[in-house]
Amino acid sequence: MTTSSLRLRAGVVSIVLLAAFLGIWHLATRSTGTTAAMSPEYAKLMGLTATQGKSAMPGPVDVGAQLWEHLKRPFYDNGPNDKGLGIQLGYSIARVGTGYLLAVLVAIPLGFLIGMSPLLSKALDPFIQVLKPISPLAWMPLALYTIKDSSISAIFVIFICSIWPMLLNTVFGVAGVRKEWINVARTLEVGTFRRAFTVILPAAAPTILTGMRISIGIAWLVIVAAEMLVGGTGIGYFVWNEWNNLSITNVIIAILLIGIIGMLLDQILARFTRMVTFPE
Amino acid sequence: MSTFDNPFDPDRNLRAGCACGQHGSAAEHDQASLALRCEPTESEERRYEGVVASAVMRAMFPQDVARRAFLKSVGASTALAALSQFFPLKTATEVFAQAGTPEKKDLKVGFIPITCATPIIMAAPLGFYAKHGLNVDVVKTAGWAVIRDKTINKEYDAAHMLAPMPIAISLGLGANAIPFAVPAIENINGQGIVLATKHKDKRDPKDWKGMKFAIPFDYSMHNYLLRYYLAEHGLDPDTDVQLRSVPPPEMVANLRADNIDGFLAPDNVCQRAIYDGVGFMHLLSKEIWDGHPCCSFAASREFITTAPNSFAALTRAIVDATAYASKAENRKQIAEAIAPANYINAPVTVLEQVLTGTYADGLGGVKTDAKRVDFDPFPWQSFAVWMLTQMKRWGQIKGDVDYKAVAEQVYLATDTKKLMTEMGLTPPAGSYKSFAVMGKTFDPAKPEDYVASFKIRKAS
Repeated sequence: MTTSSLRLRAGVVSIVLLAAFLGIWHLATRSTGTTAAMSPEYAKLMGLTATQGKSAMPGPVDVGAQLWEHLKRPFYDNGPNDKGLGIQLGYSIARVGTGYLLAVLVAIPLGFLIGMSPLLSKALDPFIQVLKPISPLAWMPLALYTIKDSSISAIFVIFICSIWPMLLNTVFGVAGVRKEWINVARTLEVGTFRRAFTVILPAAAPTILTGMRISIGIAWLVIVAAEMLVGGTGIGYFVWNEWNNLSITNVIIAILLIGIIGMLLDQILARFTRMVTFPE
Repeated sequence: MSTFDNPFDPDRNLRAGCACGQHGSAAEHDQASLALRCEPTESEERRYEGVVASAVMRAMFPQDVARRAFLKSVGASTALAALSQFFPLKTATEVFAQAGTPEKKDLKVGFIPITCATPIIMAAPLGFYAKHGLNVDVVKTAGWAVIRDKTINKEYDAAHMLAPMPIAISLGLGANAIPFAVPAIENINGQGIVLATKHKDKRDPKDWKGMKFAIPFDYSMHNYLLRYYLAEHGLDPDTDVQLRSVPPPEMVANLRADNIDGFLAPDNVCQRAIYDGVGFMHLLSKEIWDGHPCCSFAASREFITTAPNSFAALTRAIVDATAYASKAENRKQIAEAIAPANYINAPVTVLEQVLTGTYADGLGGVKTDAKRVDFDPFPWQSFAVWMLTQMKRWGQIKGDVDYKAVAEQVYLATDTKKLMTEMGLTPPAGSYKSFAVMGKTFDPAKPEDYVASFKIRKAS
């Protein structure tokens, strides 16, 4: 079997699965339930669920139509509480980007230091172990209270949640560089800085990037929840606002978009990882 | 007689004979305080002109007798002409109407998307903020705790809060003590108890033992009203039922998912549950206490002292919007203005049912109650005293409370009265009034006795 035919067959199976999923979804939401008899004046005041027994869950056709509406005008701005999906996603990506880059700036140099010094590594370990498992959202009230600014708090939450995987992976990668390579460098009398950048960094890069890839995934998971909590702008706020209106259709659309953007972010870092990977 | 009557009327007594200075006699004053509602008189400009002319005449003739004699001898029109000769009434009126220029024009006001916030929200699309020289962004917020934190953090200049919240914040309950103030009540009535449709035969609260109810926040009128209602029916809200703090948007979803049996919630949430066929209206909150306050317009003391003119302009815009919203004929227009995604984000039919008071009850009937929700800005200090008695009753406040001092510090009745008078509205005379909750009269002068009179309460 060649790889291309495998890929083709996998594609076909994917499409069949998608079609089956959409079909079942359509059938499951198509049915109309029973409705009690009601006077016309009363019916006029009620929603479709109550009058026609329409399922509260939208079908794939409703979602598709609504998605098309959003895609037609992704950047509209109707005031501070109603902006197009493109703008909302932009806000979220900007927040994730800022918090994440700050985390990179802190985690990688710090991880290097810790990784190169067994003493620091042992001394800081208990702190890291305690801080790592804390749900980033648990930081939210504390951040709001001390930082006194909701958008910076959201960025802080991204920062604090994406720092740990990067830090730990950097430490692990740096500490795990083969002894032979370091010894060779030492024999050749390479200075500490040069040794760090020409030997350790390339050797640890794949592990570091794996940490970065895990972090971006977590950051994207967290931003949605953080924005739901803080509100204002972003895709998380969009979900909350539509939930407020009990518009499941828009919530499903948001879920879909969150998934797609998350996948793209992950793919970008996967590509970087491939660039620095080396065969041993 | 109001300040806005003709000051050139020789028969009118400008030195009024009542406590508040606006009425000819104490009897007239009482009469007016009964009809507390704000009735905007004629056009804004005429109103202001009257106020200014009144002040000028008073300054010229400190003796009222002399003024009357003068007017009688030369005639009102001559007096007006003479006065305008050396005093630019028109300019003075304009200056007065502008009040002080706001220190800060671009303001942020937070709100929770419920119909209680109607005046705050509608003031944006219907131009009430702009009319008072402000550029206000109304920002939708995810929940009460967030709105509290964002206002304390000064991200918002002022905000929509549940009426007891500014009191709780000022007292440091559930937050650091930060002095807050309430210049205006947003809405009165407009809440309801909604039960899941499966409970449609359990209309007697005595059968509600073990049920789970949602309320929007611990420091809310909803909490106090539901507890009051349950306790009057012999249920201890702390032991016989479960009360959960649930953000309004999650209430309908929770009711549908059977996580709760009912809720006492702000409107459009109640009507939304009915609209989606999930629950029915058991009781409007006005049947518990007709005219109860629900939400308030609040700002920190710091904002009021650093930007007094902005604050005054904001309050004027809110009072103006409230007066507009209190008129039944405007309600349909308001429902349409606040329904889009930028504001409440709800179907227009739902908002219309709430605001016009003709609504589906969820049991197949159409009911009409024009006062289902109403709007009246006056921050009665007796409301604050009542809330404090309930905080005490349910153990949110421990120890002694100086009811009057707290009420007067947080509920700015005096300032609002002055502002309303300047705007040509007729504020009520006093700051305390007695009212009845489920038939039991509340005397704001005796809060301790009131707390002690309840059999069901948390021992403190």
